[in-house]
Amino acid sequence: MPLKRRQIAWRAAQDLADGAYVNLGIGLPTLVSDFIPADREIVLHSENGVLGVGPAPGDNEVDWDLINAGKQPITLVTGGSYVHHTDSFLMIRGGHLDLALLGAFEVSEKGDLANWTTDDPGFPPGVGGAMDLAVGAKEIRVLVEHTTKAGTPRIRRQCGYPLTAASVVRRIYTDLAVIDVTTEGLIVREMVEDIDFAGLQAKTEAALRPAPELRPLRAPAV
Amino acid sequence: MIDKRVRGLADAVAGIPDGAVILCAGFGGAGLPDALCEAVVEQGARDLTVVANNAGTGRGGLAALLAAGRVRRIVCSFPRSAGSVVFEELYAAGRIELELVPQGIISERMRCAAAGLGGFYSPVSVGTRLAEGKEHREIDGRMYVLEKPLKGDVALLAADRGDRWGNLTYRKSARNFNPTMAMAANLSIAQVRHIVELGELDPEMIITPGIFVDRVVHVPM
Repeated sequence: MPLKRRQIAWRAAQDLADGAYVNLGIGLPTLVSDFIPADREIVLHSENGVLGVGPAPGDNEVDWDLINAGKQPITLVTGGSYVHHTDSFLMIRGGHLDLALLGAFEVSEKGDLANWTTDDPGFPPGVGGAMDLAVGAKEIRVLVEHTTKAGTPRIRRQCGYPLTAASVVRRIYTDLAVIDVTTEGLIVREMVEDIDFAGLQAKTEAALRPAPELRPLRAPAV
Repeated sequence: MIDKRVRGLADAVAGIPDGAVILCAGFGGAGLPDALCEAVVEQGARDLTVVANNAGTGRGGLAALLAAGRVRRIVCSFPRSAGSVVFEELYAAGRIELELVPQGIISERMRCAAAGLGGFYSPVSVGTRLAEGKEHREIDGRMYVLEKPLKGDVALLAADRGDRWGNLTYRKSARNFNPTMAMAANLSIAQVRHIVELGELDPEMIITPGIFVDRVVHVPM
Protein backbone atom coordinates (compact mmCIF):
# COMPACT_ATOMS: atom_id res chain seq x y z
CA MET A 1 0.00 0.00 0.00
CA PRO A 2 1.22 3.52 -0.72
CA LEU A 3 1.87 5.55 2.43
CA LYS A 4 -0.76 8.04 3.53
CA ARG A 5 0.27 11.69 3.87
CA ARG A 6 0.80 11.40 7.63
CA GLN A 7 2.94 8.32 7.08
CA ILE A 8 5.18 10.18 4.63
CA ALA A 9 5.63 12.82 7.35
CA TRP A 10 6.34 10.07 9.93
CA ARG A 11 9.03 8.57 7.67
CA ALA A 12 10.74 11.93 7.12
CA ALA A 13 10.70 12.58 10.87
CA GLN A 14 12.63 9.35 11.59
CA ASP A 15 15.69 10.80 9.80
CA LEU A 16 15.90 14.00 11.88
CA ALA A 17 19.09 14.14 13.90
CA ASP A 18 19.15 14.97 17.60
CA GLY A 19 19.98 18.65 18.02
CA ALA A 20 19.03 19.66 14.48
CA TYR A 21 17.48 23.05 13.62
CA VAL A 22 14.81 22.31 11.03
CA ASN A 23 12.37 24.39 9.00
CA LEU A 24 9.10 22.78 7.97
CA GLY A 25 7.49 24.16 4.82
CA ILE A 26 3.74 24.57 4.46
CA GLY A 27 1.53 21.63 3.49
CA LEU A 28 2.79 18.06 3.86
CA PRO A 29 6.03 18.99 5.73
CA THR A 30 4.04 20.76 8.47
CA LEU A 31 2.72 17.32 9.52
CA VAL A 32 6.26 16.27 10.47
CA SER A 33 5.94 18.20 13.76
CA ASP A 34 3.50 15.53 15.00
CA PHE A 35 6.12 12.77 14.66
CA ILE A 36 9.34 14.08 16.21
CA PRO A 37 10.94 10.99 17.83
CA ALA A 38 10.65 11.24 21.61
CA ASP A 39 14.33 10.56 22.22
CA ARG A 40 15.55 13.60 20.28
CA GLU A 41 15.57 17.37 20.86
CA ILE A 42 14.86 19.01 17.51
CA VAL A 43 14.28 22.75 17.21
CA LEU A 44 11.65 23.60 14.60
CA HIS A 45 11.89 27.00 12.92
CA SER A 46 8.95 28.83 11.39
CA GLU A 47 9.78 31.54 8.84
CA ASN A 48 7.52 34.09 10.57
CA GLY A 49 9.94 34.37 13.46
CA VAL A 50 9.37 31.37 15.73
CA LEU A 51 12.31 29.23 16.84
CA GLY A 52 11.05 26.25 18.82
CA VAL A 53 7.63 25.46 17.33
CA GLY A 54 5.60 23.21 19.63
CA PRO A 55 2.54 21.07 19.01
CA ALA A 56 -0.83 22.47 18.01
CA PRO A 57 -2.63 24.09 20.95
CA GLY A 58 -5.77 22.72 22.58
CA ASP A 59 -9.04 24.46 21.76
CA ASN A 60 -8.80 26.68 24.83
CA GLU A 61 -5.15 27.54 24.27
CA VAL A 62 -5.31 29.10 20.80
CA ASP A 63 -3.45 32.43 20.64
CA TRP A 64 -3.69 34.10 17.24
CA ASP A 65 -0.49 36.02 17.93
CA LEU A 66 1.31 32.67 17.74
CA ILE A 67 1.02 31.03 14.34
CA ASN A 68 3.17 29.06 11.89
CA ALA A 69 4.04 29.67 8.24
CA GLY A 70 0.75 28.08 7.22
CA LYS A 71 -1.06 30.63 9.45
CA GLN A 72 -2.28 27.91 11.84
CA PRO A 73 -2.07 28.39 15.63
CA ILE A 74 0.90 26.70 17.30
CA THR A 75 2.62 26.64 20.68
CA LEU A 76 6.19 27.44 21.70
CA VAL A 77 8.40 24.83 23.35
CA THR A 78 10.32 25.54 26.55
CA GLY A 79 13.51 27.26 25.42
CA GLY A 80 11.86 28.69 22.30
CA SER A 81 12.20 32.30 21.19
CA TYR A 82 10.78 34.91 18.85
CA VAL A 83 12.65 36.96 16.27
CA HIS A 84 11.54 39.49 13.68
CA HIS A 85 11.29 38.62 9.99
CA THR A 86 14.66 39.92 8.89
CA ASP A 87 16.48 37.85 11.51
CA SER A 88 14.30 34.84 10.76
CA PHE A 89 15.40 34.97 7.12
CA LEU A 90 18.97 35.64 8.14
CA MET A 91 18.75 32.25 9.89
CA ILE A 92 17.34 30.79 6.68
CA ARG A 93 19.71 32.28 4.11
CA GLY A 94 22.84 32.33 6.22
CA GLY A 95 23.17 28.56 6.51
CA HIS A 96 22.09 28.44 10.17
CA LEU A 97 19.40 25.82 9.61
CA ASP A 98 20.55 22.23 9.30
CA LEU A 99 17.64 21.16 7.19
CA ALA A 100 14.52 22.38 5.44
CA LEU A 101 11.73 19.96 4.60
CA LEU A 102 9.72 21.38 1.72
CA GLY A 103 6.74 20.48 -0.41
CA ALA A 104 6.98 20.39 -4.20
CA PHE A 105 5.03 20.37 -7.44
CA GLU A 106 7.98 18.69 -9.17
CA VAL A 107 11.56 17.62 -8.50
CA SER A 108 14.08 16.84 -11.25
CA GLU A 109 16.73 14.13 -11.33
CA LYS A 110 19.32 16.87 -10.69
CA GLY A 111 17.50 18.02 -7.57
CA ASP A 112 15.86 21.05 -9.18
CA LEU A 113 12.83 22.13 -7.17
CA ALA A 114 9.58 23.61 -8.53
CA ASN A 115 7.08 24.59 -5.85
CA TRP A 116 5.97 28.19 -6.32
CA THR A 117 3.86 28.57 -9.45
CA THR A 118 2.01 26.42 -11.96
CA ASP A 119 1.58 29.40 -14.30
CA ASP A 120 -2.20 29.08 -14.04
CA PRO A 121 -3.39 32.53 -15.19
CA GLY A 122 -6.39 32.39 -12.86
CA PHE A 123 -4.23 31.56 -9.88
CA PRO A 124 -1.83 34.28 -8.68
CA PRO A 125 1.66 32.93 -7.93
CA GLY A 126 3.03 32.89 -4.38
CA VAL A 127 6.68 32.36 -3.58
CA GLY A 128 6.66 33.05 0.16
CA GLY A 129 9.89 31.88 1.78
CA ALA A 130 10.48 28.96 -0.59
CA MET A 131 13.33 30.50 -2.61
CA ASP A 132 15.15 31.74 0.51
CA LEU A 133 14.85 28.29 2.12
CA ALA A 134 15.86 26.42 -1.01
CA VAL A 135 19.22 28.19 -1.31
CA GLY A 136 19.86 28.90 2.36
CA ALA A 137 19.34 25.81 4.48
CA LYS A 138 22.30 23.43 4.72
CA GLU A 139 20.21 20.61 3.28
CA ILE A 140 16.90 20.37 1.44
CA ARG A 141 14.63 17.35 1.51
CA VAL A 142 11.27 17.19 -0.19
CA LEU A 143 8.04 15.49 0.85
CA VAL A 144 5.75 14.91 -2.10
CA GLU A 145 3.20 12.48 -3.44
CA HIS A 146 4.90 10.36 -6.10
CA THR A 147 2.40 11.35 -8.82
CA THR A 148 -0.39 13.88 -9.25
CA LYS A 149 -3.97 12.77 -8.68
CA ALA A 150 -4.13 12.17 -12.43
CA GLY A 151 -1.08 9.87 -12.21
CA THR A 152 1.47 12.22 -13.79
CA PRO A 153 4.96 11.71 -12.30
CA ARG A 154 6.24 14.50 -10.06
CA ILE A 155 9.84 13.23 -10.20
CA ARG A 156 10.98 14.22 -13.65
CA ARG A 157 14.02 14.47 -15.92
CA GLN A 158 13.46 18.24 -15.96
CA CYS A 159 10.87 20.29 -14.12
CA GLY A 160 8.08 21.56 -16.38
CA TYR A 161 7.03 24.24 -13.90
CA PRO A 162 9.20 27.31 -13.18
CA LEU A 163 12.05 26.56 -10.78
CA THR A 164 12.28 27.62 -7.16
CA ALA A 165 16.00 26.73 -7.16
CA ALA A 166 18.30 24.56 -9.25
CA SER A 167 20.04 21.45 -7.93
CA VAL A 168 19.24 21.77 -4.24
CA VAL A 169 17.17 18.70 -3.26
CA ARG A 170 19.15 15.85 -1.68
CA ARG A 171 16.40 13.41 -0.61
CA ILE A 172 12.79 12.83 -1.65
CA TYR A 173 10.15 11.15 0.54
CA THR A 174 7.07 9.98 -1.34
CA ASP A 175 4.14 7.66 -0.69
CA LEU A 176 6.05 4.96 -2.60
CA ALA A 177 9.75 5.43 -1.94
CA VAL A 178 12.66 7.22 -0.30
CA ILE A 179 14.98 8.45 -3.02
CA ASP A 180 18.37 10.14 -2.79
CA VAL A 181 19.50 12.67 -5.39
CA THR A 182 23.17 11.94 -6.08
CA THR A 183 25.78 12.81 -8.68
CA GLU A 184 25.13 9.33 -10.11
CA GLY A 185 21.42 10.05 -10.43
CA LEU A 186 18.39 9.04 -8.39
CA ILE A 187 19.04 6.15 -6.00
CA VAL A 188 16.07 4.38 -4.41
CA ARG A 189 16.87 3.61 -0.74
CA GLU A 190 13.48 2.29 0.26
CA MET A 191 10.27 1.36 -1.54
CA VAL A 192 6.87 0.03 -0.48
CA GLU A 193 6.58 -3.74 -0.67
CA ASP A 194 3.57 -4.25 -2.89
CA ILE A 195 5.17 -2.64 -5.95
CA ASP A 196 8.16 -3.93 -7.90
CA PHE A 197 11.01 -1.79 -9.18
CA ALA A 198 9.62 -1.68 -12.73
CA GLY A 199 6.29 -0.54 -11.29
CA LEU A 200 8.02 2.27 -9.36
CA GLN A 201 9.99 3.29 -12.47
CA ALA A 202 6.74 3.41 -14.46
CA LYS A 203 5.42 6.06 -12.05
CA THR A 204 8.64 8.10 -12.30
CA GLU A 205 9.76 10.05 -15.38
CA ALA A 206 13.43 10.23 -14.35
CA ALA A 207 15.58 7.10 -14.36
CA LEU A 208 15.85 5.35 -10.99
CA ARG A 209 18.49 2.96 -9.70
CA PRO A 210 18.08 0.67 -6.70
CA ALA A 211 20.53 1.09 -3.84
CA PRO A 212 22.58 -2.08 -3.24
CA GLU A 213 20.90 -2.36 0.18
CA LEU A 214 17.38 -1.46 -1.03
CA ARG A 215 15.00 -1.79 1.91
CA PRO A 216 11.25 -1.98 2.33
CA LEU A 217 9.45 1.30 3.11
CA ARG A 218 7.15 0.73 6.06
CA ALA A 219 5.35 3.11 8.37
CA PRO A 220 3.01 2.48 11.28
CA ALA A 221 -0.65 3.49 11.06
CA VAL A 222 -0.46 7.07 12.32
CA MET B 1 8.83 67.11 25.43
CA ILE B 2 8.40 64.17 23.11
CA ASP B 3 4.87 62.89 22.73
CA LYS B 4 4.13 60.78 19.65
CA ARG B 5 0.68 59.74 20.83
CA VAL B 6 -2.14 60.99 18.63
CA ARG B 7 -5.80 61.26 19.64
CA GLY B 8 -7.34 58.94 17.09
CA LEU B 9 -6.97 57.05 13.85
CA ALA B 10 -7.75 60.08 11.66
CA ASP B 11 -4.83 61.97 13.20
CA ALA B 12 -2.66 58.87 12.94
CA VAL B 13 -2.94 58.66 9.14
CA ALA B 14 -3.28 62.39 8.37
CA GLY B 15 -1.21 63.67 5.48
CA ILE B 16 -0.50 60.42 3.62
CA PRO B 17 -0.15 61.66 0.04
CA ASP B 18 -1.52 60.07 -3.13
CA GLY B 19 1.05 57.79 -4.74
CA ALA B 20 2.72 56.90 -1.43
CA VAL B 21 4.62 53.66 -0.89
CA ILE B 22 3.06 52.10 2.23
CA LEU B 23 4.80 49.31 4.14
CA CYS B 24 2.06 47.28 5.76
CA ALA B 25 3.19 44.89 8.52
CA GLY B 26 1.80 41.53 9.56
CA PHE B 27 1.96 37.89 8.57
CA GLY B 28 -1.17 35.81 8.24
CA GLY B 29 -3.53 37.09 10.94
CA ALA B 30 -0.79 38.25 13.34
CA GLY B 31 0.55 41.78 13.77
CA LEU B 32 -1.72 43.36 11.16
CA PRO B 33 -2.41 47.11 11.36
CA ASP B 34 -6.05 46.59 10.37
CA ALA B 35 -7.40 49.75 12.03
CA LEU B 36 -4.76 51.92 10.34
CA CYS B 37 -5.50 50.41 6.92
CA GLU B 38 -9.20 51.13 7.39
CA ALA B 39 -8.33 54.67 8.52
CA VAL B 40 -6.44 55.20 5.24
CA VAL B 41 -9.65 54.29 3.38
CA GLU B 42 -11.36 57.16 5.23
CA GLN B 43 -8.37 59.47 4.80
CA GLY B 44 -8.61 59.08 1.05
CA ALA B 45 -5.06 58.60 -0.28
CA ARG B 46 -5.06 56.80 -3.61
CA ASP B 47 -2.76 55.39 -6.28
CA LEU B 48 -0.84 53.68 -3.49
CA THR B 49 1.89 51.05 -3.64
CA VAL B 50 1.58 48.61 -0.75
CA VAL B 51 4.40 46.36 0.45
CA ALA B 52 3.05 43.46 2.51
CA ASN B 53 3.68 39.75 2.91
CA ASN B 54 0.09 38.76 2.17
CA ALA B 55 -2.51 40.64 0.14
CA GLY B 56 -5.21 40.86 2.79
CA THR B 57 -7.93 38.45 3.82
CA GLY B 58 -11.66 38.88 4.31
CA ARG B 59 -13.04 42.38 3.78
CA GLY B 60 -11.37 44.40 6.54
CA GLY B 61 -7.90 45.82 7.07
CA LEU B 62 -5.66 45.76 3.99
CA ALA B 63 -8.44 44.04 2.02
CA ALA B 64 -10.66 47.09 2.66
CA LEU B 65 -7.98 49.37 1.21
CA LEU B 66 -7.70 47.12 -1.85
CA ALA B 67 -11.49 46.89 -2.21
CA ALA B 68 -11.75 50.69 -2.13
CA GLY B 69 -9.57 50.79 -5.25
CA ARG B 70 -6.78 52.78 -3.60
CA VAL B 71 -3.93 50.40 -4.34
CA ARG B 72 -2.38 50.47 -7.79
CA ARG B 73 0.43 48.05 -7.07
CA ILE B 74 1.26 45.50 -4.41
CA VAL B 75 4.72 44.11 -3.57
CA CYS B 76 4.15 40.81 -1.93
CA SER B 77 5.63 37.33 -1.34
CA PHE B 78 2.46 35.29 -0.93
CA PRO B 79 -0.63 37.16 -2.14
CA ARG B 80 -3.00 34.23 -2.26
CA SER B 81 -4.06 32.71 1.04
CA ALA B 82 -7.28 31.47 2.60
CA GLY B 83 -9.78 34.33 2.30
CA SER B 84 -7.77 36.59 -0.03
CA VAL B 85 -10.93 37.13 -2.08
CA VAL B 86 -10.57 40.86 -2.70
CA PHE B 87 -7.05 40.54 -4.08
CA GLU B 88 -8.02 37.59 -6.25
CA GLU B 89 -10.94 39.53 -7.77
CA LEU B 90 -8.74 42.55 -8.53
CA TYR B 91 -5.94 40.36 -9.91
CA ALA B 92 -8.27 38.40 -12.18
CA ALA B 93 -9.76 41.67 -13.45
CA GLY B 94 -6.28 43.12 -14.11
CA ARG B 95 -6.98 45.99 -11.71
CA ILE B 96 -3.91 45.56 -9.54
CA GLU B 97 -0.23 45.20 -10.39
CA LEU B 98 1.65 42.44 -8.54
CA GLU B 99 5.41 42.42 -7.93
CA LEU B 100 6.26 39.03 -6.45
CA VAL B 101 9.36 39.09 -4.21
CA PRO B 102 10.72 36.22 -2.09
CA GLN B 103 9.75 36.78 1.53
CA GLY B 104 13.22 37.17 3.00
CA ILE B 105 14.21 39.48 0.16
CA ILE B 106 11.31 41.86 0.81
CA SER B 107 12.44 41.99 4.41
CA GLU B 108 16.15 42.39 3.66
CA ARG B 109 15.51 45.06 1.01
CA MET B 110 13.66 47.11 3.62
CA ARG B 111 16.42 46.54 6.18
CA CYS B 112 18.88 47.69 3.54
CA ALA B 113 16.95 50.93 3.04
CA ALA B 114 16.71 51.37 6.82
CA ALA B 115 20.48 50.96 7.13
CA GLY B 116 21.26 53.51 4.42
CA LEU B 117 22.75 50.96 2.05
CA GLY B 118 22.51 50.93 -1.72
CA GLY B 119 21.69 47.26 -2.22
CA PHE B 120 23.04 43.78 -1.67
CA TYR B 121 23.90 40.63 -3.60
CA SER B 122 21.67 37.64 -2.84
CA PRO B 123 21.77 34.00 -4.01
CA VAL B 124 17.98 33.77 -3.71
CA SER B 125 16.15 33.36 -7.06
CA VAL B 126 19.33 32.74 -9.10
CA GLY B 127 18.39 30.47 -12.01
CA THR B 128 14.69 31.25 -11.69
CA ARG B 129 12.26 33.54 -13.44
CA LEU B 130 12.37 36.01 -10.51
CA ALA B 131 16.04 36.74 -11.29
CA GLU B 132 15.34 37.82 -14.86
CA GLY B 133 16.54 41.34 -15.61
CA LYS B 134 18.61 41.60 -12.43
CA GLU B 135 22.35 42.26 -12.41
CA HIS B 136 24.20 38.98 -11.78
CA ARG B 137 27.62 38.77 -10.16
CA GLU B 138 29.80 35.85 -9.17
CA ILE B 139 31.46 36.32 -5.77
CA ASP B 140 33.92 33.69 -4.49
CA GLY B 141 32.50 31.11 -6.87
CA ARG B 142 28.80 31.61 -6.09
CA MET B 143 26.30 33.48 -8.29
CA TYR B 144 24.25 36.32 -6.81
CA VAL B 145 21.74 38.88 -8.03
CA LEU B 146 21.67 42.53 -7.05
CA GLU B 147 18.71 43.47 -4.86
CA LYS B 148 17.95 47.14 -4.35
CA PRO B 149 16.75 48.83 -1.17
CA LEU B 150 13.01 49.15 -0.64
CA LYS B 151 12.02 52.29 1.21
CA GLY B 152 8.58 53.29 2.38
CA ASP B 153 7.03 56.73 2.54
CA VAL B 154 4.83 55.36 5.31
CA ALA B 155 4.87 52.26 7.53
CA LEU B 156 1.68 50.99 9.13
CA LEU B 157 2.53 48.91 12.21
CA ALA B 158 0.74 46.93 14.90
CA ALA B 159 2.39 46.51 18.31
CA ASP B 160 1.33 45.27 21.70
CA ARG B 161 2.59 48.07 23.92
CA GLY B 162 3.87 51.54 23.20
CA ASP B 163 4.81 54.68 25.15
CA ARG B 164 4.82 58.37 24.29
CA TRP B 165 8.37 58.17 22.92
CA GLY B 166 7.21 55.54 20.44
CA ASN B 167 9.06 52.63 22.04
CA LEU B 168 7.27 49.41 21.06
CA THR B 169 7.02 45.80 22.16
CA TYR B 170 5.24 42.95 20.39
CA ARG B 171 3.62 39.64 21.31
CA LYS B 172 4.93 36.33 19.98
CA SER B 173 4.84 35.91 16.18
CA ALA B 174 2.94 39.19 15.81
CA ARG B 175 6.39 40.81 15.75
CA ASN B 176 7.09 39.57 12.17
CA PHE B 177 7.69 42.47 9.72
CA ASN B 178 6.92 45.26 12.22
CA PRO B 179 10.45 46.07 13.48
CA THR B 180 11.97 46.16 9.98
CA MET B 181 9.15 48.20 8.47
CA ALA B 182 9.31 50.67 11.39
CA MET B 183 12.93 51.38 10.45
CA ALA B 184 12.41 51.57 6.68
CA ALA B 185 9.83 54.37 6.26
CA ASN B 186 9.91 58.14 6.48
CA LEU B 187 6.69 58.17 8.52
CA SER B 188 6.10 55.20 10.80
CA ILE B 189 2.69 54.90 12.44
CA ALA B 190 1.92 52.28 15.09
CA GLN B 191 -1.43 51.11 16.40
CA VAL B 192 -0.84 49.68 19.88
CA ARG B 193 -3.10 47.59 22.10
CA HIS B 194 -1.83 49.23 25.27
CA ILE B 195 -0.39 52.68 25.87
CA VAL B 196 1.96 52.60 28.82
CA GLU B 197 3.79 55.28 30.82
CA LEU B 198 7.32 56.22 29.79
CA GLY B 199 9.63 54.00 31.83
CA GLU B 200 7.15 51.18 32.14
CA LEU B 201 8.72 49.17 29.30
CA ASP B 202 11.85 47.35 30.42
CA PRO B 203 14.65 48.80 28.25
CA GLU B 204 15.96 45.26 27.74
CA MET B 205 12.63 44.26 26.21
CA ILE B 206 12.02 47.17 23.83
CA ILE B 207 12.13 45.74 20.29
CA THR B 208 11.52 48.95 18.34
CA PRO B 209 13.12 52.01 19.92
CA GLY B 210 11.14 55.24 19.55
CA ILE B 211 13.65 56.80 17.14
CA PHE B 212 11.99 54.70 14.41
CA VAL B 213 8.40 55.63 15.28
CA ASP B 214 6.59 58.89 14.51
CA ARG B 215 3.00 58.36 15.67
CA VAL B 216 1.36 56.04 18.20
CA VAL B 217 -2.38 55.48 18.39
CA HIS B 218 -4.25 53.40 20.94
CA VAL B 219 -6.35 50.64 19.35
CA PRO B 220 -7.44 48.24 22.11
CA MET B 221 -8.53 44.75 21.20
